[in-house]
Amino acid sequence: MTETMQSPATNAIPKIEVVGGSFSYNRKATIWDGINLQVNEGECVCLLGANGCGKTTLLHCMCGAHPITGGQVLVNGRNIQEYSITELAQTVGIVYQDHTVSFPYTSLEVVRMGRAPYLGMFETPSQEDTALAYEVMKELGIEDIAGTSYNKISGGQRQLVLIARTLCQQPQVILFDEPTSHLDFKNQAIVMKTLQRLSEKGMTIVMTSHFPSHAWQVGTKVVLMGRKGVLYQGTPEEVMTEDNLSDMYGVRVRIVNKQTEGSKAFFCEPRFD
Amino acid sequence: MSKTNSAPDVALPALGQKQSPVKWAIMIALPLVVFFVSLFLGRYDVSAGEVVKIFANWIFDAGYPQTWTDSAQKVIIQVRFPRAVMAAFVGAGLSMSGAAFQGMFQNPLVSPFILGVSAGASFGAALGLVLSLPYVAVQGMAFVFGMLAVAITYFMARIYKTTPVLMLVLSGTVVSAFFQALLSIIKFTAEGDEKLPAITFWLMGSLGSVGLQDLLISLIPIVGSCIGLMVLRWRINLLSMGDREARSLGVNTQQTNLMIIIFSTVITSTAVSICGIIGWVGQVIPHFCRMIVGPDHKVLIPATMFVGATYILIVDNLCRLLSASEIPLGILTAIIGAPVFAYLLRKTKGGWN
Repeated sequence: MTETMQSPATNAIPKIEVVGGSFSYNRKATIWDGINLQVNEGECVCLLGANGCGKTTLLHCMCGAHPITGGQVLVNGRNIQEYSITELAQTVGIVYQDHTVSFPYTSLEVVRMGRAPYLGMFETPSQEDTALAYEVMKELGIEDIAGTSYNKISGGQRQLVLIARTLCQQPQVILFDEPTSHLDFKNQAIVMKTLQRLSEKGMTIVMTSHFPSHAWQVGTKVVLMGRKGVLYQGTPEEVMTEDNLSDMYGVRVRIVNKQTEGSKAFFCEPRFD
Repeated sequence: MSKTNSAPDVALPALGQKQSPVKWAIMIALPLVVFFVSLFLGRYDVSAGEVVKIFANWIFDAGYPQTWTDSAQKVIIQVRFPRAVMAAFVGAGLSMSGAAFQGMFQNPLVSPFILGVSAGASFGAALGLVLSLPYVAVQGMAFVFGMLAVAITYFMARIYKTTPVLMLVLSGTVVSAFFQALLSIIKFTAEGDEKLPAITFWLMGSLGSVGLQDLLISLIPIVGSCIGLMVLRWRINLLSMGDREARSLGVNTQQTNLMIIIFSTVITSTAVSICGIIGWVGQVIPHFCRMIVGPDHKVLIPATMFVGATYILIVDNLCRLLSASEIPLGILTAIIGAPVFAYLLRKTKGGWN
């Protein structure tokens, strides 16, 4: 937490805070318990954990998609349950994993849907909304596919379209659910680069990932989740140790440090020896 | 082109399907033209000029001297006019609710009857006919049971506090099957009676018995609900992205779904209670319109309104004119609709990409 802490007010209210959070299905199977987590302005929080540990559920609780079953989620200091759906959509945006849709809307149409939280029940988007959507697409460098069917573009482009749509919501925090899953190498790089640029511009981000390298690449805070809750959290330097990762994934992990021409890159390798 | 500052002008063409004014002018003018033509088509010969004069006298009290017979006047005002108006509104309503349901259920194959409205209404009407109720009561029974069937479907699909669309489709199938079974019982017990042909004829759908009286009671719910769907039309785009995503975009999906279900059910229940089961309109017309104006419900819903009205007007004229005795409307819409639908499916290979 050194160079990225640009927020001067040290007592600033966290954008999202989970206080004593627990989640269980049907009051029986507890997924996680006792989670305390702060997402401060400008941070990029990376949630790592094995399959089924509840990273995605935690992410969903942070945007109100699931109600948390124990404890509280505070958004800007206010209980998330006090927010209306519309108000929440103006504050917290979430980029789900992409999927094709039943109707071949153009990419621009999909991006423009991000204006919904600002439009009344019976309103349709205006020229300004369309213009804004197009601007956002330009910013992400995908304006050339504005008129192309959302179902016809590649998975990586779809992910960018969904990011653009979320930006149209003008939220204060963006949550990403495994932003690079099932993307090829190049598209993974493009999506992560986009995410990194958003973070550098000051956007507050929370993401789940199956790639520990993402935590080093973009994370300013890392949360390692285990069977019943958070195992470790802190800066990547503090948390991303071989011991911690081995503990979390249940397989021995070796961290490889590739230092090439000034850029630091870390990789994880499983060890079965 | 992307260098200009006036971004909206740049962005709009990129929205895909070009919305040419000519296309829309034709779509809007066509139902009006067909409507007028319907008024002087028929076995009873009345000239176009006389039709105009009859209406001028009737509506504006224009005072043209009557050069036509009284029965001509009766045919135009009490038979052809209400029938054509009803055809236009039923066509528009069924097509709009079909398009709305297809969007909401994220499935372009859905019909407006998917939640059991037609099965419920058929049972209600059959029950009324078997009990020898007056015609208005039969219509009332059809309307009430159509609404009831959808209400049962809706509450059956409720899990915890949500109503997932998949559950709606499944419980709609169950409720339809149940009411169809009840209908079969009624048909079975009515066998041998002269009531069975009446039930069968009613189920095939017809605009033949629509009078001015029917317009008065049915136009308000149909027009009101069509306006409801019209103002919600952009929200249907959001719903069609799936419940989870729509919620993340700030849509109260529960509430919006319910509104669409209510509006569509009022339209279909009213239509079915007045003119029986008219199938294959709510499926085919939205498909056809998607080919013309694209998938965006903001333009698709108005397009289905105009095209649906035109379609039923034309088909109903065929019903009246093709043979000496009238062909039930529901048969013709199926005979035309099913092959057209099959063609559209083949042409678009099931998807609309």
